[in-house]
Amino acid sequence: MAEPLLSVRDLRAWYGESHILHGMDFEVRQGEVVTLLGRNGAGKTTTLKAVMGMVGRRSGSVTFEDTETIRLPSNRIARLGIAYCPEERGIFSSLTVAENLVLPPVIRPGGLSLAEVHELFPRLAERADSQGTKLSGGEQQMLAIARILRTGATLLLLDEPTEGLAPVIVQHIGAILGQLKERGFTILLVEQNFHFAVGVADRHYVVEHGRVVDCVLNSQASTTALQGYLGV
Amino acid sequence: MMTFLGIPIQALMGQLLLGLINGASYAVLSLGLALIFGLLNIINFAHGAQYMMGAYIAWMLLAYAGVNYWLALVVAPLAVGLIGVVIERLLLRRLYKLDNLYGLLLTFGLALIIEGLFRQAYGISGQAYQAPRLLQGGINLGFMFLPLYRGWVVLVALAACLAVWAAIEKTRLGALLRAATENPALVRAFGVNVPLLITGTYGFGAALAGFAGVLAAPLYSVNPLMGSNIIIIVFAVVVIGGMGSILGSVLTGFGLGLIEGLTKVFYPEASATVIFVIMAIVLLIKPAGLFGRNA
Repeated sequence: MAEPLLSVRDLRAWYGESHILHGMDFEVRQGEVVTLLGRNGAGKTTTLKAVMGMVGRRSGSVTFEDTETIRLPSNRIARLGIAYCPEERGIFSSLTVAENLVLPPVIRPGGLSLAEVHELFPRLAERADSQGTKLSGGEQQMLAIARILRTGATLLLLDEPTEGLAPVIVQHIGAILGQLKERGFTILLVEQNFHFAVGVADRHYVVEHGRVVDCVLNSQASTTALQGYLGV
Repeated sequence: MMTFLGIPIQALMGQLLLGLINGASYAVLSLGLALIFGLLNIINFAHGAQYMMGAYIAWMLLAYAGVNYWLALVVAPLAVGLIGVVIERLLLRRLYKLDNLYGLLLTFGLALIIEGLFRQAYGISGQAYQAPRLLQGGINLGFMFLPLYRGWVVLVALAACLAVWAAIEKTRLGALLRAATENPALVRAFGVNVPLLITGTYGFGAALAGFAGVLAAPLYSVNPLMGSNIIIIVFAVVVIGGMGSILGSVLTGFGLGLIEGLTKVFYPEASATVIFVIMAIVLLIKPAGLFGRNA
């Protein structure tokens, strides 16, 4: 089995006084799509932010390609090759679609070219001059994913990319994630949509109260156990 | 003699020109304030002191080193910007996690200290600074006499405002700045060194204030209080235009300068207060400012 690309050990994180993560342990291997599943408030989003160095305080160990990142600021972590797509999508209203798309700096070679990005998301080329936040919710989600594909980052952290979107768009995003996996991207995905997660992922970690409580291979995931964790 | 509404055209034009010149200072100063407030969320009360330092450094360069106006127009803003960088790195940086009232208090204190130092060294009577020889004298436009230096100030301030606006709206650095103003944490998570961007922005805002100070030096006497005299008006301009709006602060700066000039012609008694009256009205009707986004 391949070496883990991302290895998280005993990760704890705090927002101000509130202690959110209580020792997360998981790893993501090169080329895998791994999900963090769990109910609202379990700490999934905080886990992505903690990996990215965006929480107030964190401890434990997060290594990426054998580099310990726990003491690095988020801009240094990003430059190692990790890209983040936030739950609220983070499209900038004072930037056009085109400006949003090229905003994240290219950190190393090997990312998609702008032409390839437009091939995946033709709508973004059509709306290039629109204000970023004038796009529909689905288009904004596409833009939020598209802009981190150019940077050369190899690990993508996607926070609920399907949230609040129509089924046909969810399907489209699923297809895109499949293509990204084929291109060699490694993806850590936070999801509440169980069916979507099963459709795209290799493995699932179940998160409860800021800890990983179970790890399930996708091939064994269509059991009622996982659904029980999620309360669906 | 030609008149307009009973006012001699000469006098009207003269006051409009004065208004435009004041407006140019307001615009350049409020532009820097808006930039700093947008990204740092700090109301930079030291802006007036930085303006004053720009004028003083130009005067000192000439008095002690014989450096002429043109070189001072470059060197003095750079020096003020550098001082701004030091202030941001050493002091402001520690306050970002606190309420922005602390930033206001700190910069206000800095302004008092800087002013006090210059008063201690040079007194309050002020120093004369000659306009460069090339821009002395003036031309007769037929309807009015235009002192060359005043025309130059309006043009160069306008050009500076347009250049800054274009840099913010049309360049990659400007896009990073706008994005970081909206969501600094996310921009940083894309790999951008946002703290460096913040330092640069504060330094640049301070340099703009210094630039306005050098422009003002030949117009008024260079004195330690020139900053605190103008900065209150500039804050009113920023409130009227809308905190953090770049184009808004430039348009409001020039516009209010003109209104002030007109008031001097038609009702001189109100000329010192008209801007604050407008500010009060704008705050009542549109609290976010004429060009501001509602918070």
